[in-house]
Amino acid sequence: MPVNIIVTAKQVIDPETPASALKVDAQGKRMETPPNVPPVINGFDENAVEAALRLKDAQGGKVTVISVGKSFVLDVIKKPLSMGCDELILIQDDNAPTFDAYATAQVLAAAIKKVGQWDLVLCGRQASDFDQAQVPLGLAELLKVPCVTIAQKVEVKNGQVTVQRVAPDGAEVMEAPLPALVTISNELGQPRYPTLRGIMAASRKQPTQWKLADLGLNASELAPRVEVAQVFIPAKQKVVEMIGGDNDEEKGWNLARKLREAKLI
Amino acid sequence: MADPQGVLIVVERSDTGMAPITAELAGAGAQLAKALGQDLSAAVCSDSASSPGLVQAVGRLGVKRVFVAEHAALAGFQIEAHLAALEQVIKQANPRVVLLGKTVQGRDLGPRLAFRLGCGLAQDCVEIGWDQGRNTLQAVRPVYGGASQARVLVVTSPAFAALRPKAFEPVPETAGATAEVVKVAVSLDSIGPVAKLVNRTKQEAAGVRLEDARTVVSGGRGLGGPEPFKVLHELATALGGAVGASRAACDAGWVPYPYQIGLTGKSIGADLYIAIGISGASQHLAGISGVKNIVAINKDGEANIFKEARYGVVGDWSKVVPAFLQAVKEMASR
Ligand SMILES: Cc1cc2nc3c(=O)[nH]c(=O)nc-3n(C[C@H](O)[C@H](O)[C@H](O)COP(=O)(O)OP(=O)(O)OC[C@H]3O[C@@H](n4cnc5c(N)ncnc54)[C@H](O)[C@@H]3O)c2cc1C
Ligand SMILES: Nc1ncnc2c1ncn2[C@@H]1O[C@H](COP(=O)(O)O)[C@@H](O)[C@H]1O
Repeated sequence: MPVNIIVTAKQVIDPETPASALKVDAQGKRMETPPNVPPVINGFDENAVEAALRLKDAQGGKVTVISVGKSFVLDVIKKPLSMGCDELILIQDDNAPTFDAYATAQVLAAAIKKVGQWDLVLCGRQASDFDQAQVPLGLAELLKVPCVTIAQKVEVKNGQVTVQRVAPDGAEVMEAPLPALVTISNELGQPRYPTLRGIMAASRKQPTQWKLADLGLNASELAPRVEVAQVFIPAKQKVVEMIGGDNDEEKGWNLARKLREAKLI
Repeated sequence: MADPQGVLIVVERSDTGMAPITAELAGAGAQLAKALGQDLSAAVCSDSASSPGLVQAVGRLGVKRVFVAEHAALAGFQIEAHLAALEQVIKQANPRVVLLGKTVQGRDLGPRLAFRLGCGLAQDCVEIGWDQGRNTLQAVRPVYGGASQARVLVVTSPAFAALRPKAFEPVPETAGATAEVVKVAVSLDSIGPVAKLVNRTKQEAAGVRLEDARTVVSGGRGLGGPEPFKVLHELATALGGAVGASRAACDAGWVPYPYQIGLTGKSIGADLYIAIGISGASQHLAGISGVKNIVAINKDGEANIFKEARYGVVGDWSKVVPAFLQAVKEMASR
């Protein structure tokens, strides 16, 4: 059975940016990277794209990616198209929510309703900027569909989605009728690299652009329910004691002696 | 309707009774209730067989009132049933603040409950308090993988917060303390389509559980392959501890995912954590914030892990660790 899939994807600052290059912005409301460090698509959203494309490869269908933000770097946000997705919808608006999960879920829900036809929504398990893991749950509530989180495998058969989800000590298999929403984790496996053909195809495709007004939403409806008062880097006062030695083997012995003295072993 | 009042904690169940997070919620909730000059209450959703035990257990945590929803469908953790029940409990209890745990159950339950009631939730909080100026709940939560923290205000009523496990002091139990019981008649008939659990598989290493271990020996990408984890296992056995890993080592397939420590893996509270070939990314550090002593073994003296460590060794693990293991064994035999 071909599946009509929506993937949600957020553009975030690169989480691999070394701590030394990360700083709090002038307003004290978010972190920023130096201008030469490009943003990325949230890693778990790339896993969600991969999950969608595996379903499409196996049984056909269509994959539509939706992203909400104040601004986008086109080369970055178009990556899902070069990986093989069919359509990209950007809701780019100065009033688009950044960190408020409820507002973001409302925008995504309105966009998905406007798209109309869909069987399955795949989201990342959490966005690596504010680490909230909330938007997909809110989206499931607004769309009134069953929701399974932190998946490592997704299958669709006979109008049902079967999800293997990560549990602390193994895995759980869940089954839900379609339409449904599933959040994807990195345990799914590496997202594919864009092929040259994919990159060519993507360069010819233009994203569909919508404003909040196109979705019948206005800024006051999207007032945050959780306001960010301040982002800060907490002070640390740990001092490391370095273990010396003439060579690495001796350092190993000295470490054991030190830990024994400290009664830690 | 009267103004919303007080702090309500959502009691979480474990296989054997009440989950440990509940005492942490009661601890944080009591302080908040005091700041508000209002009462602390609790919500118990359960079947009739388990609810008396839960009501007693939560009474010993010093809550004033327990709202009890009893229903056969609340026997296990079917999230849709618990959501529907809690929605009805909250409407009756009319609290100003609702606290849950950011546990495996709570991380899905909390946001859905808040959203269903049109409210905001602060996820994964490590501090909570009352902002007198704005007259609302404020919380501090790690963001950007733990590289920084955010102070947020939950501006809805009720205001929801999901608390990070082990970040708050649990309240001690008071023997004989009891709470006033308010039964809430819940209807669970109008639940829509649900996701059903059809199978569960366990994949945990033998020996000490990572979460319970006093000593954890952990390996990262710097180990270069699956083979070296044998040495780590040998070391963990000699120290009576468990083996963990960074996400990079799990992603590479060197060890299974239940070994992963960090933001999206396990959180541990060991006395001694030996990080071998791990750079100390903030997302990894998020899982070891409760560790008392971190030892870092890394060939790069500039690695971030040294900023968090109590003891550090700059060197090649393949030389340092076997010598360390040898020394540990000799000390044990003496
Ligand atoms: C949203 C999100 C969630 C994440 N969640 C987690 C999580 O839960 N847990 C987690 O661990 N990571 C997590 N990560 C990944 C994290 O950002 C890092 O990429 C990861 O922790 C790096 O693992 P590592 O330290 O093993 O590898 P690296 O960063 O590659 O470090 C390897 C280290 O080994 C050292 N080394 C190399 N050779 C030797 C040698 N011979 N002897 C001694 N030392 C040597 C190097 O100097 C280096 O410091 C997450 C990332 C994101 C974006
Ligand atoms: N602005 C956004 N645009 C598109 N998808 C988003 C956005 N924010 C969050 N999401 C989706 O929701 C997931 C969880 O985000 P969060 O709740 O912010 O941690 C992400 O992995 C995305 O799939």
